[in-house]
Amino acid sequence: MGNLLENMQGIPLNHYLIFCSIIFVIGVIGVLIRRNVIIIMMSIELMLNSVNLLLAAFSAYRGDPSGQVFVFFIMALAAAEVAVGLAIIIMVYRNTKSVDIESLTKLRW
Amino acid sequence: MTIFYFVAFLSIFFALMTIFTKNPVHSVLYLVITFFTFTVHYILLNAQFLAVVNFIVYMGAIMVLFLFVLMLLNLNKESEPMKSNLVKFMGVIAGMCLLVTFLGAFRVIEVNNEMVTAHEDIGLVKNLGKVLFSDFLLPFELSSILLLTAMVGAVLLAKKETRVKQHG
Repeated sequence: MGNLLENMQGIPLNHYLIFCSIIFVIGVIGVLIRRNVIIIMMSIELMLNSVNLLLAAFSAYRGDPSGQVFVFFIMALAAAEVAVGLAIIIMVYRNTKSVDIESLTKLRW
Repeated sequence: MTIFYFVAFLSIFFALMTIFTKNPVHSVLYLVITFFTFTVHYILLNAQFLAVVNFIVYMGAIMVLFLFVLMLLNLNKESEPMKSNLVKFMGVIAGMCLLVTFLGAFRVIEVNNEMVTAHEDIGLVKNLGKVLFSDFLLPFELSSILLLTAMVGAVLLAKKETRVKQHG
């Protein structure tokens, strides 16, 4: 563990910013190019996770534990979101027999 | 120091595999690996509590939910709806534009290039627990209500709708 911490000392905050924005953008691309509702929700999880990691990095940078508490709340929220979202997906699948997001166009009008 | 860059490369690689794999089950498995690399990142930041919670909640609970729903709906490569290549190309271009916007914004705000030093004890369970139960007590209790509401909502939504016969 001590060895890991010594390895940790040399990473600029900028690199965390760039890395987390790359993961966030991958999540956005996933939402844009997939049609399966479940994979769109997985991309949303990816975006939430990148923001979590950035909050933890800022918290370590400032030496303030509030950031990590905030990450903990985001994780609780994500668990609730996934439970409700997957329940909605199951209900939609029961009605339309598909997980295609294009089958949800009934709400348009 | 090099561990961070190696793990970051692995995270980006598996995140890309997650969104570009055709088979949804493989996609979920790649997402599990991505979350594991995030756990390694938390350990590198010395946020041990977050590492454990990420491991249990994300890799345990949420991924089991995703896999369970995928297998319940019996999805596989054949039933996977795919967008046309043009839409995919445009989506990737739009994402790259967003990334360029982010990078330009980071150049303008000029984050001072100091090193992130892992503090000795802010990520430990003892310290976080003290903060959580003194400063953030009300949000903590509210999140328990949120989880209860989500549980009730999920059960109500996924329950099979039965037509209630009114007798009389």
